[in-house]
Amino acid sequence: MADTNVSAAEHDVGLKHHFDDSGQQYESATLGMWVFLLTEIMFFGGMFGSYTVYRNLYPEAFASTSRFMNLTLGATNTAVLICSSLTMALAVRSARLGAKKKLIFFLVSTLILGIVFLSIKYVEYHEKWVDHHIPGPGFHYDLPQYYHQAQILFFLYFAMTGMHALHMIVGAGLLTTLIVMASRNRFSAQWNTPVDMIGLYWHFVDIVWIFLFPLLYLIGNH
Amino acid sequence: MTKSHITPVGVYVTVFLALIALTIATTLISRIELGPFNFVVALTIAVIKASLVVWFFMHVNHSSSLTRLFVFAGLFWLAIMLVFVMSDYVSRTWLPGPRWL
Repeated sequence: MADTNVSAAEHDVGLKHHFDDSGQQYESATLGMWVFLLTEIMFFGGMFGSYTVYRNLYPEAFASTSRFMNLTLGATNTAVLICSSLTMALAVRSARLGAKKKLIFFLVSTLILGIVFLSIKYVEYHEKWVDHHIPGPGFHYDLPQYYHQAQILFFLYFAMTGMHALHMIVGAGLLTTLIVMASRNRFSAQWNTPVDMIGLYWHFVDIVWIFLFPLLYLIGNH
Repeated sequence: MTKSHITPVGVYVTVFLALIALTIATTLISRIELGPFNFVVALTIAVIKASLVVWFFMHVNHSSSLTRLFVFAGLFWLAIMLVFVMSDYVSRTWLPGPRWL
């Protein structure tokens, strides 16, 4: 009985020998990915914590910065990221069904939407550069009473959106890897764990933006 | 086995439409003056959106109890970090306390 199980397991595509079966292997990968994402939650959580402290210290200064934030671009980017999360979820679904063409189509769509997000982010950063809203000696602010306090918000803005953009760039690299692997027929309905795991990563990066958008763009918008 | 579960496309599209609707809602509500409730509403909508992504897109709805426990533990530790940091600042009166205290 045990022997038949082992030989059946050996025929499972992509199964490493130190796992009992592909279900256990998948479960381990999912759990490991979530542990990584939890460290990411704490990493971004530290920045969200410092944002909360300074926002409570200087509420008027922070609210005054919202008029210099490009709400249209911020909201557009939110929509772009939500679209990319949908295409990523559909990519994972196609991978589980073993539909190679659909998988590649949705992975490429996700990658393109990610690049659109980063391009819009570039336009926003360029605006900040032109308006002298980069913290440092060249910083200029229309409300002189908030000169120092507003710099703290813009510092947090660049730190948080910058770290988020860096995660997007890493995500774009991971998606490219997946597209290459998929076109080389590395995935099947039996084994597609990397698509699943990178999907989790991509959705996590989306969630970070879901919190960044209201905190950075919507404060004091009324 | 959780691995082979296939979610219907309709579920993903519904969640997607809900996320877009909530994004529009939070943007429109931010234009109305609600005092401190602007922040509460914006953050509540963000939490709802994040929960939709975690539950449906990240497949926590079909994941094992152990994975769910890990997700919960992560959020719990994040809550500890934020609550302890804020209680420290507020109790030293470095920050103005909430008005209802």
